[in-house]
Amino acid sequence: MIDMSSKFEPQILGFLCNWCSYAGADLAGTGRTQYSPNLRIIRVMCSGRVDPTFILAAMKNGADGVLIAGCHPPSDCHYLTGNLKARRRYHLLLKLLDQLGIERERVRLEWVSASEGERFAKIVDEFTEQIRTMGPNPLKSS
Amino acid sequence: MSEQPRIGVYLCHCGTNIAGVIDMKRLLAYAEKLPNVVVARDYTYMCSDPGQQLIRKDIHESKINRVVAAACSPTLHEPTFRRVLEEEGLSPYFFDMANIREQDTWVHMKNPEEALQIAQDTIRMSAARAARLEELKPKEVKVGRRALIIGGGISGISAALDLANAGFTVYLVEKSPTIGGRMAQLDKTFPTMDCSSCILTPKMVSISRHPNVKLFTYAEVKDVQGFVGNFKVKVLQKPKYVDEKKCTSCNECTKICPVEVPDEFNANLSWRKAIYIPFPQAVPPSYVLDEENCLGLTPLACGKCIDVCDPDAIDYDQRAKEIELDVDTIIVATGYDPYNPLNEHEYNYGMFQNVVTSLEMERMLNASGPTSGKVVRPSDLKEPKRIVYVQCVGSRNEKTNLYCSRVCCMYAVKQARQLKEKHPEIEVRIFYVDIRAFGKGFEEFYERAAKDYGVLFTRGRVAEILEDPKEKNLTVRVEDTLLGTPLELETDMVVLSVGITPSVDANEIRKILKIPAGPDGFFSEAHPKLRPVDTVVDGILIAGTAAGPKDIPDAVAQAKAAASGAASLMAPGVYVVEPYYATIDDSICGGCGTCVLLCPFRAITIEDKRAKLNEALCKGCGACASACPAGAIKPNHFTDEQIMAQVEQAVAK
Repeated sequence: MIDMSSKFEPQILGFLCNWCSYAGADLAGTGRTQYSPNLRIIRVMCSGRVDPTFILAAMKNGADGVLIAGCHPPSDCHYLTGNLKARRRYHLLLKLLDQLGIERERVRLEWVSASEGERFAKIVDEFTEQIRTMGPNPLKSS
Repeated sequence: MSEQPRIGVYLCHCGTNIAGVIDMKRLLAYAEKLPNVVVARDYTYMCSDPGQQLIRKDIHESKINRVVAAACSPTLHEPTFRRVLEEEGLSPYFFDMANIREQDTWVHMKNPEEALQIAQDTIRMSAARAARLEELKPKEVKVGRRALIIGGGISGISAALDLANAGFTVYLVEKSPTIGGRMAQLDKTFPTMDCSSCILTPKMVSISRHPNVKLFTYAEVKDVQGFVGNFKVKVLQKPKYVDEKKCTSCNECTKICPVEVPDEFNANLSWRKAIYIPFPQAVPPSYVLDEENCLGLTPLACGKCIDVCDPDAIDYDQRAKEIELDVDTIIVATGYDPYNPLNEHEYNYGMFQNVVTSLEMERMLNASGPTSGKVVRPSDLKEPKRIVYVQCVGSRNEKTNLYCSRVCCMYAVKQARQLKEKHPEIEVRIFYVDIRAFGKGFEEFYERAAKDYGVLFTRGRVAEILEDPKEKNLTVRVEDTLLGTPLELETDMVVLSVGITPSVDANEIRKILKIPAGPDGFFSEAHPKLRPVDTVVDGILIAGTAAGPKDIPDAVAQAKAAASGAASLMAPGVYVVEPYYATIDDSICGGCGTCVLLCPFRAITIEDKRAKLNEALCKGCGACASACPAGAIKPNHFTDEQIMAQVEQAVAK
């Protein structure tokens, strides 16, 4: 294998909740806030819908990082407490990632409201940069 | 899914919004080759009639049964395209939108290759999802004819009257003891110089007399549950300790009451009693006993007001009432609070007596105000000979609020004209950043202030104000930015033109209603241009300054728009909602009850050792589905299969 690390561009998958974070990503667009082109977005109604198996599947398929974004706790959630459920699951998932030998930093949970377009762009840039330094998903080469 | 998916992919140029960044020919060539795609087309504006026509034609001629539109955000045009499918006899839910504008070309404008890659990936994910979409039927809910309006200022009043006149039942909830809001505090209104209360009070009276309006004053909305057509509202009404029906407004109680506190209606420039009427034209025209300041709600402590009340209207035993209302739509008109310059100790407001706010000046100018219309310096009650206005206090400033409050230029010009009308000999000078005279008749009004009334205008943001400790005269330091010279001038009084901030309760209301607000705290509209009075929550609308700074005509216009929006939701009697509820597969469910605990809407119960889901209560968040150990729960339109297909395609190259 030739060394690809110098040209490594992370592939990141984002699960955005419909009400806050997806709208926040749209707002980044309306404001023409430019950010790293490494993210692919899946819209879900609520961050509480994100089944940990979706994330594991993404890692298995070779995603280098997964972003879950929902409404700010405690009370922005359109479904009252979906974000809190997402947070509980996220912390459990991190333990599972440890056991599977995947760095837990590859999966990130963030809160982005419908008015935080610039914050969304910043998070994507920062996360992309972080994954870039971490290198490719170890599952990809095995 | 019995039939084979036949997908049509439609690429929108959106003028140059998308096509200006991405090579559409390459994107089209890519889309054509995707699995299950029968036809792919591109067009300048896919949302236009000719664009829609392309889809209609393909549904019939190419027998496509799934549609993917690669265009803007689904929040914008998903309804447009769904309607096309529905009109051509397909389920509207056989549609998916690939967002290649807001989340692609607009955020990767200088990166056409990457933008094209993202568009390809997004369309591939979308097509994979489309192939797995299932037929759904929109859910209809019954909608009645009852509206809740939160806030009894001019916006709430206007919306309430429009709805009530159209035959809808209106519950108007106002937190203070009277309706009227901020407008009741104003003396005259720009640019017509109408007397504010003369045009407001007839409307207030109409509210109290209208058979379709039920008014709750001194009351606050504490909880809202449910959805359009079925909101359950809890209102807490504080005790006034005065029976509105018995009170004759004779004023005997106020005369005898020994307690004096600052009068908030007069911007704290005068005193009121603990039992009082906020202002003479208050609606309802009843007195209120302010329990925080009363010596004690018992004849043992004081009881003087009870002794003098002939009609026996005072009742110390009144208690707060919790009122439950069932309503179909909600209009939020919670208004604003003037910016408080004490927050940043701006221009030593609060330390220098002769630095006042524009609201304090407004009350002084009012004939029934604390000084009976005489403008005086707070330090010595003498009439000032020189007055300086400082514009943009609490507006257009990084330290306070970035936005323009839209009304301060014009009310400062108006007050200056009023001052010059009363006392042509005094000098009134306005220090401004820009004069924003954008409304109908505003520019002429401003010009006349300068030319005919002799109001002086100097461009420059005031840097600091100093005080002569003996005379209490003030020195204003500022740079005249037109001449480029520093100025220092002495004045008798300074008026701070304070801006508009969201009402102190706006954040509480936002949490109760679960509606979004912008970073400045004003409620957000569903679309800034096309849905300016809707919120993202169906059935909840916004009006007036709660949605952002505006003057009275704009607030009334928005209130009327919100009323018409609420009316058009309620008039048909039914409302169509997305069928995004979940279904449970009985044959897989083990009855463990995990979902029951997770559901925030109590939509799931266990019956006969199986989970049972109530479609009317379920809102489709999917929190249950992602936790069901058996995988028995399927949230419509966001099934595991559909999401997994997107996950797989997201990283496949």
